[in-house]
Amino acid sequence: MNATIYRHEFRARLKSVIIWSLSLATLILFFLSMFPLFSDQAAMMNEFLARYPAQLRAAFGFDKMDLSTVLGFYSFTLVFVELCLAIQAGNYGFGLVSIDENELTADFLLSKPVSRTQVLTSKLLAAFTSLLITDLVVWVSTILGFLLFRSGHDYDPSTLVLLLLSLVIFQLVFMSIGLVISLLVRRIRSVTPYGLGLAFGAYVINGFSGVFGDVKLELITPFKHLDPTFIVLHASYDAPLVLLDVVVILVAIGVSYWLYTRRDIPAVS
Amino acid sequence: MSIIEVNNLTKYYGKSRGIVDVSFSEEEGEIFGFIGPNGAGKSTTIRLLLSLIHPTSGIAQVFGKDVTTHGPEIRRDIGYLPSEVYYYEGMKVKELLKYSASFFEGDCTQRIKELSDIMELEQNRRISDLSYGNKKKVGIVQGLLHSPKLLFLDEPTAGLDPLMQRKFFDLIRQENARGVTVFFSSHILGEVQRLCNRVGIIREGKIVEISDIRTLQQNNYKKVNVTAEGLSPATFDLPGVTNLQVEDSTIHFFFKGDINTVLQMISSVQVTDLTIEEPTLEEIFMHYYE
Repeated sequence: MNATIYRHEFRARLKSVIIWSLSLATLILFFLSMFPLFSDQAAMMNEFLARYPAQLRAAFGFDKMDLSTVLGFYSFTLVFVELCLAIQAGNYGFGLVSIDENELTADFLLSKPVSRTQVLTSKLLAAFTSLLITDLVVWVSTILGFLLFRSGHDYDPSTLVLLLLSLVIFQLVFMSIGLVISLLVRRIRSVTPYGLGLAFGAYVINGFSGVFGDVKLELITPFKHLDPTFIVLHASYDAPLVLLDVVVILVAIGVSYWLYTRRDIPAVS
Repeated sequence: MSIIEVNNLTKYYGKSRGIVDVSFSEEEGEIFGFIGPNGAGKSTTIRLLLSLIHPTSGIAQVFGKDVTTHGPEIRRDIGYLPSEVYYYEGMKVKELLKYSASFFEGDCTQRIKELSDIMELEQNRRISDLSYGNKKKVGIVQGLLHSPKLLFLDEPTAGLDPLMQRKFFDLIRQENARGVTVFFSSHILGEVQRLCNRVGIIREGKIVEISDIRTLQQNNYKKVNVTAEGLSPATFDLPGVTNLQVEDSTIHFFFKGDINTVLQMISSVQVTDLTIEEPTLEEIFMHYYE
């Protein structure tokens, strides 16, 4: 770890962190502010949703969701939050080393007396700090939203903690996969398409898998592994799948170190 | 002790060639010129020595340490000026220099000021607003600010106006006088000629010649220009004569060997003008390319 690189990397992402955090806080508070309305007419709402085709409900995860409870409603909100976090974390992962190579500043950085391992560790920690700041904002706005809008409904605080903590694992999966992909290809010209592709791809696979019923395609996407509806329903994680995520994170980061220390930094062409 | 020691260094990018079987060494305090056309492998060699890329085979040592295993340690005493300078666009010049200095031990503030004054570099401008030549100046200050023991200059003068080039050369000579070893890559031979003690010529990834710059000029070829009435090229059909060209009544050629044989030939003709000179490095260099 090199404090200089860490500081520089963190600063480079600060603006993006602020924008994502504020957007997510707005999203969460906006959704939760509608909860009192929903909970008053929950029966009607659930009946209304029941009229949609089963496949469509499955695609959006409405089939197992109870919008009349505050946690059920929040888990509905959380799917959108997760989508945003996936894009953000994916972007950071894809950009972690590729931005330096694209803007051709990698030569500057790597001709300094630092090892590749130090560089990658500092960059990873800086990106992780950025993600944690976003998480903190999400957590605070969630708790604030619950305090303001739960309109007397009870909820299980430990389940809420599980939900909030699941976001960290969720982000790490997207960041580490983004990083390892960026190191497997020769050069990434622009980060955003990759980040969006990974996030929406994973989201759509989760949704569509529900539509087709028996196909177990969803088992490869973190949207399924850390499905908020499951967590709310069982008041626990889907342990084997969450373990799978942890393994994916560790393997992806391990492979990234292996690749990065052996990588030929592309020259100006 | 050799500062740089390279043995049979080979680099392939997949199937395309970088460099093949390159061997050379550079002694402490030398200014070593590394010349060759674009794509010959000059930058590849420098990037290998900086461990920005990894060799396919062969060994490269800097300060007596292997570059693949001791990279960070070696780079503490290396200054690098890349051929194309790219820096964090959003930063100001002084921020970038401060960031660069923070990787090294000791306080570089004084040195940054000195170098910036010499190169007339404005500290408060944003990198993105700088012209190519000004970015190059940032590169120069950035490469020298930690007082390195070894300098890699990869086509350093591109983008600098003649005045700045001269200041830059003076700066390099000063550094060299303090004992700094310089590895100077270029395709502009004039500047190599002005600055270097020894040169390596690289072509299509292979070293074709390494020699003292004086030996290269003196012991090899003479450039002979003879002007005379009714001169026929056949007169100089001797072993050792190359690149014979006829231009009106003047004949130019390169000669390698005992100069007396040429002089005897010339003395048999009534000449109006005669010069025998050292070929410029440029001319020698073109010769290696054919």
